[in-house]
Amino acid sequence: MSTVTTADHHDEHHDHKPTGIKRWLFTTNHKDIGSMYLIFALVMFFIGGAMAMVIRLELFQPGLQFVDPQFFNQMTTVHGLIMVFGAVMPAFTGLANWMIPMMIGAPDMALPRMNNWSFWILPFAFLILLITLFMPGGGPDFGWTFYAPLSTTYSNDTTALFVFSVHIMGISSIMGAINVIVTIVNMRAPGMTWMKMPLFVWTWLITAFLLIMVMPVLAGVVTMVLTDKYFATSFFDAAGGGDPVLFQHIFWFFGHPEVYIMILPAFGIVSAIVPTFARKKLFGYASMVYATASIAILSFLVWAHHMFTTGMPVFATLFFMYTTMLIAVPTGVKVFNWVATMWRGAMTFEVPMMFALAFIVLFTIGGLSGVMLAITPADFQYHDTYFVVAHFHYVLVSGAVFSIVAAAYYWLPKWTGHMYDEKLGQLHFWCSLISVNLLFFPMHFVGLAGMPRRIPDYALQFADFNAFISVGGFLFGLSQLIFVWVIIKCARGGEKATAQVWEGAEGLEWEVPSPAPYHTFGTPPQIK
Amino acid sequence: MNAKQSTLIGKLSLLVVAMFAFGYALVPLYDVFCDITGINGKTAAEPVSAEEAIVDTSREITIEFIARPNQQMPWIFKPEVRRMTVHPGEIHVMNYLAENPTIRSIVGQAVPSVSPGRAALFFHKIECFCFTQQYLAGGKDMLMPLQFYVDPALPAQYSTITLSYTLYDVTAQWQPDEHDNASEFGE
Repeated sequence: MSTVTTADHHDEHHDHKPTGIKRWLFTTNHKDIGSMYLIFALVMFFIGGAMAMVIRLELFQPGLQFVDPQFFNQMTTVHGLIMVFGAVMPAFTGLANWMIPMMIGAPDMALPRMNNWSFWILPFAFLILLITLFMPGGGPDFGWTFYAPLSTTYSNDTTALFVFSVHIMGISSIMGAINVIVTIVNMRAPGMTWMKMPLFVWTWLITAFLLIMVMPVLAGVVTMVLTDKYFATSFFDAAGGGDPVLFQHIFWFFGHPEVYIMILPAFGIVSAIVPTFARKKLFGYASMVYATASIAILSFLVWAHHMFTTGMPVFATLFFMYTTMLIAVPTGVKVFNWVATMWRGAMTFEVPMMFALAFIVLFTIGGLSGVMLAITPADFQYHDTYFVVAHFHYVLVSGAVFSIVAAAYYWLPKWTGHMYDEKLGQLHFWCSLISVNLLFFPMHFVGLAGMPRRIPDYALQFADFNAFISVGGFLFGLSQLIFVWVIIKCARGGEKATAQVWEGAEGLEWEVPSPAPYHTFGTPPQIK
Repeated sequence: MNAKQSTLIGKLSLLVVAMFAFGYALVPLYDVFCDITGINGKTAAEPVSAEEAIVDTSREITIEFIARPNQQMPWIFKPEVRRMTVHPGEIHVMNYLAENPTIRSIVGQAVPSVSPGRAALFFHKIECFCFTQQYLAGGKDMLMPLQFYVDPALPAQYSTITLSYTLYDVTAQWQPDEHDNASEFGE
């Protein structure tokens, strides 16, 4: 980012931008909006993280110590909502805003004014959500999945605000997705053919289609919850001819593609970082593209694996079991391609590479527990236990979040023009790696032994493991403060970064100077 | 903004609207799907006419009756007998007892579910209290009849069918004009 000067007409990069708060409110610049998304995601990550700390504090010992069960339920619910919709998704959108135009040689996003709006409605969505916690009756307490009838018959009066905030998040995501697709389809530099696009662009293109397909379904299902609760409809009310199981079908029709929305851009990031630090071309580029597309298509055919215990007929459980296991094939292709990229590469282990390597290992652990959960008869034991919690935190924290952190380290020099502090970065990595495993690995054991999720108390036999888990949780939370310090330090100064930044980096974003000028690629670059 | 770009934005917006509609379309699709396949244990919401079905005396089917009021429903609600053995094709009548122990009038709606789910397609109700909302004044009780038969086409692997009713308090959604005794309300 170029420095904001007091002069009104500062023409160095032809950036006539207002100063102060107005610059950020009215900006249509993809880099400004990308930065705002990323900062917003980081703030939300800490708010959601604080709620996780409350959860772990309560679960540190058996019995009820610090919070009452209803507040505990609000914490698990809002923690989930904030991490999914407030941290991971906006972080990916921020990376998309920053990097996609630079990667395809476009001057900006295709729809810059809509871009501004899709960011600025987000803080209001989360303000509405968070403010319910301080209202009479409290915030949403029915889990982030808001199953009916918990969210209809048994929910508190602030449910309408929860519904509206989800509507706004959905509108924001849909606008962001339309922007990404239009940018990628129409604004690639001449010569940037489909199969020359960086994988981060490919994975985001496919993610954007997933968003457009499923966010409207989420909007529909929350609207049904709203009308069931306040306007006497009976979509999910058996007394009026509805069916609560229907809720789960519609929700998971959204919900399963949603989990790929949170991991496909991560695949793109890792596919950018691994070749850079292995100093080799990505192994199997085309197969990576096809694998991403297959995962996206399959994601629409697996939703009911979240519902094996609802009493589905055997045929249906078998169908969803097989389709779910099929997803392991394209995912496996990706993991092996990354390993093959590193094979005989001249590897170095800077912080982005360390996080990317941790991603590959830990995401695979999360993927394997996912295959275990897909086994219908076994799922009856695992369902709604901490085993599930362990599974989705391995793929979302040591998966999605690690990839976002890796991306931040990888592109920070491009954003700020300074190298980050490598020592502090390595410290952040090792603290995160150890604590994240201390936090989530024992959850497999307590889950298999039968500890249910979303309950503020547990049987005495789980006490030791839960104490470990809580300590891991606190350490992981504290470790992320190092990350904030690294970012602040890097934004303030440090060793000057070159245009290429990393020795093995290839791509258009590494051809512009660091920090990237306010406007890049005013004239399209030549693609070799 | 060029024409190509506007067309793309238009198509994508249309996709958004279509997917929103699809979310709602899943509601009837789900019902149709369950009706056709009989999964989910949903029985027909309309009465069937009593056909001259051939009674298959070579088979005996045990029918188990479960009735329970929903947590917020104060009625006492139970079947006259817990189980009965029938031949496929035979028409039987089963009475359910409902009692309103409160002092206020309450309207109930019973929702059936059949297990195993696929047997639902072969469980036919000629008359059932579950087809309409039931009104009961405070302190009163009544017998609610169910007339049914089991389809002789029931696959051989099913020898027991469990019919479960859950009774819901629907006083808030009651439409008084359907009932003669509407004036009793508001006492």
